[in-house]
Amino acid sequence: MTTPILTLEGVSKRFTKPLDAASKFANLLGAKYSEQVVHAVDSVDLSIRQGEVVGLVGESGCGKSTLGRVVAGVHHASSGRVSWRGRYTNEMSAEERKAATLAIQMIFQDPMSSLNPRLRVTDIVGEAPVVHGLVPKAQQDSYVAEMLDRVGLDSTYRRRYPHQFSGGQRARIGIARALAVKPQFLVCDESVAALDVSIQAQVLNLFMKLRDELNLTYLFISHDLSVVRHLSDRVVIMYLGRVVEAAPAAELFKGPQHPYAQALLANVPSIAARKKRFAPLKGEIPSPLHPPSGCHFHPRCPQAGPRCRVERPALKEIATGHVAACHLHDGGVGALAA
Amino acid sequence: MAPVLEVSGLKTHFFTRAGTVKSVDGVSFHVERGEVLGLVGESGSGKSVTGFSVMGLIDPPGRIVEGSIKLNGKELVGLDEEGFREVRGREVAMIFQDPMMTLNPVLRVDTQMIEAVTAHDKVSHKAARERSRDALAKVGIPSPEERLNAYPHQFSGGMRQRVAIAIALLHRPPLIICDEPTTALDVTIQSQILAEMQGLCADTGTALVWITHDLGVVAGLADRIAVMYAGRIVETGAVDPVLDTPLHPYTSGLLGSLPAEGEPGAPLRQIRGSTPSLARLPQGCAFAARCDYVQADCLALAPDVTPFPGARGVRCHHPLNLAGVAA
Repeated sequence: MTTPILTLEGVSKRFTKPLDAASKFANLLGAKYSEQVVHAVDSVDLSIRQGEVVGLVGESGCGKSTLGRVVAGVHHASSGRVSWRGRYTNEMSAEERKAATLAIQMIFQDPMSSLNPRLRVTDIVGEAPVVHGLVPKAQQDSYVAEMLDRVGLDSTYRRRYPHQFSGGQRARIGIARALAVKPQFLVCDESVAALDVSIQAQVLNLFMKLRDELNLTYLFISHDLSVVRHLSDRVVIMYLGRVVEAAPAAELFKGPQHPYAQALLANVPSIAARKKRFAPLKGEIPSPLHPPSGCHFHPRCPQAGPRCRVERPALKEIATGHVAACHLHDGGVGALAA
Repeated sequence: MAPVLEVSGLKTHFFTRAGTVKSVDGVSFHVERGEVLGLVGESGSGKSVTGFSVMGLIDPPGRIVEGSIKLNGKELVGLDEEGFREVRGREVAMIFQDPMMTLNPVLRVDTQMIEAVTAHDKVSHKAARERSRDALAKVGIPSPEERLNAYPHQFSGGMRQRVAIAIALLHRPPLIICDEPTTALDVTIQSQILAEMQGLCADTGTALVWITHDLGVVAGLADRIAVMYAGRIVETGAVDPVLDTPLHPYTSGLLGSLPAEGEPGAPLRQIRGSTPSLARLPQGCAFAARCDYVQADCLALAPDVTPFPGARGVRCHHPLNLAGVAA
């Protein structure tokens, strides 16, 4: 087994809404307002090996995008450590950190809000490599043309603005921009979610082609299990800020172990299931402001017991490379651990 | 028995400065009582405009230029606004993708529901409120009595969509048009809504036109399927034959594009190119430029609907899987 290229150790990200002046004043008079804290990501451990595609799955509010942003360096972790190629990011020198930041690039969901509408494609794609000295200014144009070719866009379009492209082409521009700084690791946050099926297939094929050509590693964030299944070597499922299950893709889709993973997989519409009876999970996704005690999933879990309400389940290895955080696989849900 | 909805030769065009956009260009279909028709297509295929045309919601510069829409035998094309007010809500209702577009954000849910009840029925305020509460209970909203007093923003996305469904059900219309009602929802919540709709339609015999881009949802819910491309229905038939042995290259391409169906890691069978602009459609088949099986006649002449056994139809000069149909 090769060494991991990127490791997260107990990474948490909290967003705090500070008290406004009125609440502070009310507190002076005896009111009991406290700061609101969202635990978007709650001590997540994850390691990703060179050349691997890791799919990160979950429903809205589960913290998958926040985790992706911590990995890409857009957010700093509130606690825990991120290491890149064996070095902790908080111990890196400024130069090392810059190199690591360039090596990890992010591709966003909505190309229209992540591309500057007032810049031409040649500047959107070419600006960063010129600024970082990867390409001399004089060669920017030919370099951009090369990048556009690589992502399957007509390179004569490079004088155009983003609004002159279709959704699928804009997605390709976003990919070209990320590739322009010669990254080794791509964080794709719902990068194909807004695309039509036929265009989505084109972009997924492009992602796989680039992976082979450039030896890239992906953290592929999506709510769409079929996309993740198609692309990923390993799948990580999150619920309310915590990882509930992680396993090699084929194994996870064959036999999910956590009740949430089971429900999620059973509820994915598939063209193989005709006139099926939908048997949904009960209840709503709880607010991350006030997550349930113990196991976050226990209010919706059909198999929950008294222990689930109190004790947070730890991630346990149940088969090689297959971990799940559920008391069912760790001594049962009934009695409380002594 | 006559179908609940019979649309024939519907053409809805938008007359813009950039030219005439033929969003719906000769669409014909019907929906039987208690049946679920899945209307599938990608963005810009005209599936939503078809739904809006039935509801009489086409605003200038758009206009229904040709065709007929018969709801329970009654012609809707050419009906004035007053006439549509009689029809909407009572004979046909619509559920939209974004429930915040249906619900008024500054009115409490009870105000909106009672208004919808009294629009068609002369009942007391109290009776209307009771009916609203029962409708909320029926779509699975917990403690409906208290929730009647809430504002739309106090509901979660899934619950809001339930409120929209409850409003659509108030008058038990024989037909509901659902325009991507679960697209914005999470998988587990989508499943809840689909289960509710399935149960409600089985109880009341309501027919559904389910507009979506998600073939998986249609496979699980619909009886029949109609695939739209560039303003036309290119293939129609019962769910099983259409998904198992698609006749139109576009249907086949869509199925091949689904990541769930392919071998993990293997390249997907993609459709090349992108959808043509509806203002400048080619002379021949609209799909010809993207089709792998294109021949000379496809470029010259737009294909008509060829009927096949089992109430199937396909708009293609050279349909695929013909052996599968004959068998």
